[in-house]
Amino acid sequence: MKNALSLKFHGLTKRSFRWDEVLSDFLVRFFALIPIAALAFIMMKIIAKGSGAITWEFLTQAPSQGMMHGGIFPCIFGTLAITLLMILMALPLGVAAAIYLTEYAGKGLLFRVIRAAVNNLAGVPSIVFGLFGVGFFILFVGRNLDAVLKTGMLFGQPCMLWAAATLAVLVLPVIIVATEEALNTVPQSQRAASLALGATKWQTIWNIVLPQARGGILTGAILSISRGAGETAPILFTGCAYFLPRLPVVNLFGFIPMINPFDQFMELSYHIFIMATQSLDAVKTLPIQYGTTLVLISLTFLLNLTAILFRVHFRKKMGTVTV
Amino acid sequence: MRKEMLGSMEQHRLTKKKEVFSEWFIEKLLLMAGISSTLIIALIFLFLFKEAVQFFKTAGSFDLIGKWVYDDWEERNVFKMMWQSISEVPKYSLIPLFCGSFLVAFPATIIASVLGIGCAIYLSELAPPKVREMLKPTIELLAGIPSVVIGFIMLAFLATFIQDVFHTKFRLNAFVGACGVALAVLPIMITIAEDAMRAVPKELRDASYALGATKWQTIWGTVVPAAVSGISAAVILGFGRALGETMIVLMATGNAALVTGNIFSSVRTMTANIAAELGSVAQGTEHYYALFLVGAVLFTFTFTLNFISEIILNKMRQKLRM
Repeated sequence: MKNALSLKFHGLTKRSFRWDEVLSDFLVRFFALIPIAALAFIMMKIIAKGSGAITWEFLTQAPSQGMMHGGIFPCIFGTLAITLLMILMALPLGVAAAIYLTEYAGKGLLFRVIRAAVNNLAGVPSIVFGLFGVGFFILFVGRNLDAVLKTGMLFGQPCMLWAAATLAVLVLPVIIVATEEALNTVPQSQRAASLALGATKWQTIWNIVLPQARGGILTGAILSISRGAGETAPILFTGCAYFLPRLPVVNLFGFIPMINPFDQFMELSYHIFIMATQSLDAVKTLPIQYGTTLVLISLTFLLNLTAILFRVHFRKKMGTVTV
Repeated sequence: MRKEMLGSMEQHRLTKKKEVFSEWFIEKLLLMAGISSTLIIALIFLFLFKEAVQFFKTAGSFDLIGKWVYDDWEERNVFKMMWQSISEVPKYSLIPLFCGSFLVAFPATIIASVLGIGCAIYLSELAPPKVREMLKPTIELLAGIPSVVIGFIMLAFLATFIQDVFHTKFRLNAFVGACGVALAVLPIMITIAEDAMRAVPKELRDASYALGATKWQTIWGTVVPAAVSGISAAVILGFGRALGETMIVLMATGNAALVTGNIFSSVRTMTANIAAELGSVAQGTEHYYALFLVGAVLFTFTFTLNFISEIILNKMRQKLRM
């Protein structure tokens, strides 16, 4: 009865012009424009206000006169150094974890538990990673290392090593998910062929699967570098400094300059935060803030764009192989 | 000849044995890497709660709601629900922080849900492939913008704009923060909701069209109901991310720990509270443990939300496989 009624109703409304449909059409189109508009707005605003501040001096000199003048070179250096350390820690672990998930774990309980953990890790608030970095890396691992190795206060203090380790934990899910996707695109038939020729499982993974997944793994690495470079909350208490008179560099054997992982560091995103909220004169340093933001956003934007283009290229290539 | 053969067989057996061992070793090594994320989640729980419970060494659990404090103005004891860590009588009430967190996260989730689901409908049902190919990377690039940059834009520019439009008392308030957070969680909500809608089998749509339904009747009557679990997972996940967002709220909400329901008032969220205070607190003090307690509460919230959305998505995937 009800159906018949609704059909009749439907018949009545069908011929008329559907305002609600037109409105819905318009609305979702409008909504779809918002991400584009937001991205364009943010980029344009920062480029417009920040490009004036970008000079050779700005990029190559340290802040001076109470952070009111000078450049941001130590921040750029710190960002590059910490992301390098981070990726050195996160990439091997993440790739190994992804290999285990796709090649060894099967689809049983263990797989589901690890899967859930990876997804959950991706949703842990970044400030919680900061607390974890303090509580686990600095106070537990660091202090205990110092006690065992009798190194005084070398490990048990905020420094680049622990900040990088905290960031590595944060980007781990990014690398795992990207690597997994890449490994899954390698056709099963190729694994079977390799195994049939007498290769062991690991030989198959090392010689057949991993080389083909290289592009996807690289995409994940670039994405995680971009993510790590932009994160602020995890490094607030694990090694970042407002201002340091020198770069976190140590001379190995007296003459080989190397990043010093036991030093504190300055960082772009932290610099933006500090300059915008706690500088002596936030209005006067506005050009520096916009300039720093432009540098950071160019870095992350270019990295992300590279990763996306890489993936498109990689998927196309794999697509022709799989068919 | 025979001896030679035996020798090579022996050789083979040895390499085989070595191979078996190294295979076993590699598998165990990979297993360790595989369970590392599980281990990290467990360690986060352990180390947050290890510090957090020490708060109760010096304070009672009732302190987390409020404290009776003698008020000099009113000349009597009054019940104060405040987070006031640096004062003669430190107060560690979580109520103002809850107010702040939810006053930012709820509006942010609502804004992002409306925009995100709309955008997902467009992407999955209406957009021509060319447009989709353009829009997806754009959303990804938006997701790649560091939260400190969104916070900076809110702080330096949009806060003033919003104040001019709404004539608010405070320039930095919960609504400004919510707008920024909405922008930050929008990409992930679009992605998950769109995945859910695209997973709806084409046959269902065809059946709906065959019954004479229009495009939008199909979307509202068939696609969205079929994808509702995935969409709700997206909303729950987005809410979890909104609760956990730190830098945007730290920069854009004004950071005043008030017990309020007014969206245009300055607030302080759990995340911002930790970020603002942990840097200046001595390890092992009551204040220090209180901050870890806030972190533990926050982590429990987001963990539960993530877990629920994970279960919903898993159920959905299983159903689709059948």
